[in-house]
Amino acid sequence: MKLMTCPINGQRPISEFFYGGELRPMPDPATADDATWADYIFNQNNVPGLKQEWWCHTPSNTWFIAERHTLTDEIQRTYLYGSQVLEEVSP
Amino acid sequence: MKRLPPISGEWIDRHQPVSFTFEGETIPGYQGDTVSSALWAAGRRVLGRSFKYHRPRGILSLANHDVNTLMQDGPKLNLRADVVPVEPGMDLMAIHTFGGVQGDRATVLDRLSRFLPVGFYYKAFLGKNQFPFWERVIRSITGLGAVDTTTPRLRTPKRYDFCDVLVIGSGVSGLTAAIAAAEAGADVVVVDENARAGGSGHYQRGDDGERSRQTAALVAQVQQHPRIRLYTDTTAAGYYADHWVPLVHRDYIAKMRARAVIVAAGAYEQPAVFRNNDLPGVMLASAAQRLIYRYAVQPMERAVVLTANSDGYRAALDLAAQGVTVVAVVEMRSQPVVTDPVRAVRDRGIQILSQSCLYEARPNPGGDGVASVVVCPLDADDQPQTGFTQTLACDGVVMSVGWAPTANLLYQAGVTMRFDETVQQFVPDRLPAGILACGRVNGVYDWEEKQRDGQRAGLAAAHRLGLVDTAPSLERAIAPECPSHPYPMMAHPKGKNFVDFDEDLHYEDFIHAVQEGFDNIELLKRYTTVGMGPSQGKHSNMNALRILAHLRQLPPDAIGTTTARPMFHPVPMAHLAGRGFMPERRSPLHNRHAQQGAVWMPAGQWQRPAYYHQPGLTRQACIQQEVMAVRTRVGLIDVGTLGKLELRGPDAMAFLERIYTGKFSKMKVGSSRYALMVDESGVVIDDGVVARLAADHVYFTTTTSGSARIYRELSRLITMWQMDCGIVNLTGARAAVNLAGPRSLSLLQPLTNVDLSPEAFPYLAVRQGAIAGIPALLMRVGFVGEWGYELHVPADQGQALWDALITAGKHLGIRPFGVEAQRLLRLEKGHVIVGQDTDGLTTPYDANLGWAVKMDKPFFVGQRSLQILKQRSPKQLLAGFTLPERFQGNPPQECHLVIHKGDIAGRVTSIGYSSSLKRYVGLAYLQPELTAIGTEITIRLTDGSMVTATVAPTPFYDPDNHRQATVSREEAFV
Repeated sequence: MKLMTCPINGQRPISEFFYGGELRPMPDPATADDATWADYIFNQNNVPGLKQEWWCHTPSNTWFIAERHTLTDEIQRTYLYGSQVLEEVSP
Repeated sequence: MKRLPPISGEWIDRHQPVSFTFEGETIPGYQGDTVSSALWAAGRRVLGRSFKYHRPRGILSLANHDVNTLMQDGPKLNLRADVVPVEPGMDLMAIHTFGGVQGDRATVLDRLSRFLPVGFYYKAFLGKNQFPFWERVIRSITGLGAVDTTTPRLRTPKRYDFCDVLVIGSGVSGLTAAIAAAEAGADVVVVDENARAGGSGHYQRGDDGERSRQTAALVAQVQQHPRIRLYTDTTAAGYYADHWVPLVHRDYIAKMRARAVIVAAGAYEQPAVFRNNDLPGVMLASAAQRLIYRYAVQPMERAVVLTANSDGYRAALDLAAQGVTVVAVVEMRSQPVVTDPVRAVRDRGIQILSQSCLYEARPNPGGDGVASVVVCPLDADDQPQTGFTQTLACDGVVMSVGWAPTANLLYQAGVTMRFDETVQQFVPDRLPAGILACGRVNGVYDWEEKQRDGQRAGLAAAHRLGLVDTAPSLERAIAPECPSHPYPMMAHPKGKNFVDFDEDLHYEDFIHAVQEGFDNIELLKRYTTVGMGPSQGKHSNMNALRILAHLRQLPPDAIGTTTARPMFHPVPMAHLAGRGFMPERRSPLHNRHAQQGAVWMPAGQWQRPAYYHQPGLTRQACIQQEVMAVRTRVGLIDVGTLGKLELRGPDAMAFLERIYTGKFSKMKVGSSRYALMVDESGVVIDDGVVARLAADHVYFTTTTSGSARIYRELSRLITMWQMDCGIVNLTGARAAVNLAGPRSLSLLQPLTNVDLSPEAFPYLAVRQGAIAGIPALLMRVGFVGEWGYELHVPADQGQALWDALITAGKHLGIRPFGVEAQRLLRLEKGHVIVGQDTDGLTTPYDANLGWAVKMDKPFFVGQRSLQILKQRSPKQLLAGFTLPERFQGNPPQECHLVIHKGDIAGRVTSIGYSSSLKRYVGLAYLQPELTAIGTEITIRLTDGSMVTATVAPTPFYDPDNHRQATVSREEAFV
């Protein structure tokens, strides 16, 4: 079973974690036109690569960010949202 | 044949005889024998029958791949005779025979093989009409073993284990790797599926005791090392992420978590393909050597050795040393490397037929063994010159033409393999972090080089763990000779030259499959079924790949390999079956429901009472009585399964504004409000009631199935938006009931210190107080359309509350009601259940919930999408409908389609019989033009018949909502 490191609880089996989707900036709803908004809602960039993702350690309800390479399934690092400057990762 | 005199290192214990029966005959053996070795020693040659043609089969590998010799011992199915140790009292039958191995009546299939071409199943099932016929035929003659359904349930322990370095395989390279890693300080586990460690170093001797002595010394060093644990009789069954390997033992399964894994699993010896290469007595060289050195059994009396490497010469020397007459060594290579074993064979005067092949083996008159072989010289293109054959009499053939890497776990670990022409095999190319390979699986066959390779792997693992500073180079030395022949296969006009022994596929089958267009390795596998038998292609995939590469004139790299999935060997179901870990949640009132005859239904993870059974009444009658109790008197339902969340903090109200479609900031303390949640695309996902308990304190509910999901998502949003409030999931900590009906006020008032008068506690108000001494939250709600209270108390006081209400309500005719009655009651009111009357595409406008959406606020999740959706005309609208009062026949059911002008125009989401209205009422999504009140719609039932219904306004019952807001004096104070 895969292991994942929760920033609070340390390394735990992946069965304790819940995937919360890719971290994606939301366009400003006040200024975005319909097409931009629809693109945000319905289109996901599934090109394999390094992604910033929301993950939750469910027993402790801890949400954090994992940087995971979706081609190799390698988790490169995990950290609490807001605790680190989010780096630009290639799409 | 016969048992040999004692041999150094033999695994059998001659002081402990063990006898067992095979198809009724008593067979002697020794402790340490396998079933096959004991049968072979007793002179039995036919140990099983092949799957398709029922041909006699004997020993092939003696390495857990002899799938034609599967046995059944009572409830124990499909035992592999080549590796299962003999036990006293075993009563074995070969599986898949009609009347035993000797006189199997199904051998007729062998003569019918012409009519069982490749792709037979596909061809037989091509015509629909033939399907039942062939199904009957195939079912009656196929199948492995017979399940005894009275077998008691076996509980197999599941263990957890941990180590720094897991070494898979205890051959010379694996042992060396283990010692190197352990010496560097690592905690090491070595696993081997065999009963004893040592691997091929124990039996591939070439009549030279030095190798087995060195191997024994390595084994002893490993056994004595304080940081190495050696698990024999244990299979590494698969590789899972982050170095997780299930270790399967006969009595248990252990889940091993390692920090690095070294695969030293060796190689499978591969058969040569020639006519009748499946006759009992034709075996792999390593099988013959295992027979000799493990079990002291003479494999045959007169042997012909077919070889394409030094290993074959070693086998010839081992046979000769044990008194077997080696008639000839048939050398397939045109220019063999002259190694020490080759010289030793020459020195012994054994005949070597160079650049020749075995063209066919001929059976003895009984058809159960070899009588002779036909040897053919090869021309410059390696083609047999069939005009120059010679026949050699023998009773056994030993094949040593090459190897295929035991790379299953490497593939599973994501290792990229490449085909190395110099060793004619796939070798690891790119290894993921913490995965290493050494020995034959790494393409290293030379004795000294295998030890160096093991050393390198052990140090590399230690380096990964930070135990040594420098990483060793993982470069392999150039192999002194190629261990595998590139194409050890001979076509034969009469066929029966088997490539796959599991599925009885012969050489021509592959040619035909490719001719029929199945010329991709994955298609070829599925069409021919090569590698799909119990040995999973361990003896056939490489040769199949070679045939395909040959026919398509491509290098093996370009053909590629099929996927090697777990498990490595079949694992008994008892090892995998465990306790069920599907949690079932029970409300704090579960026992009370059970006492009152609850009939349960699942609701998410919860068990909820569907209704309470009354003796002598039908399900429908019980439900209708519960409904009428609520409408005319008072009812009590457990709603504790609703999600119950608490939100506190300065940003609590601002947060609610962002997650729900409604407005909450101006809500008064002590009041409650319906709340609707949509996702970013504007689809309805949840609803509930929000109660404001203080300026910065909110208590709110979610749907039963949504509680965990909503709680988790709201936690994420608080994190993402960095808002100053905290959320707590009280779902399991609180019990909740809904007390509903015209008499609920008069029931509850004497029990509580809260003033329940309509003036002091109006509709939708929230109060905190005590009921029967229990601290409670009281909410005036109207989901079922009657005067009612939702009461929330600590879970451990839920039963006391229930009991107090039931006792106090006895003279008022109180009745507990279940989910079915509640569904009917709310349906009469036209109230929507999220998840039943909505689906994954429903917007609030579709479900007539637009009133709950307030667009005039800065932001909420889904607002921008709803702005777009609001301007579009909806494709469907939720509308009420009724059936005629005296409707007879089957009513429509949920999900039945509404048909308009021959097309689908909607779907029923809820329907039920309303006793109050004396007709069926329901909700359905309809095309907007069909939703005008009074429109007749047609609903198609499952059987295709049509029912006409009429669109009707909702609520069906008490349309002005008088009953939930007002209460008559008479009912309030009975």
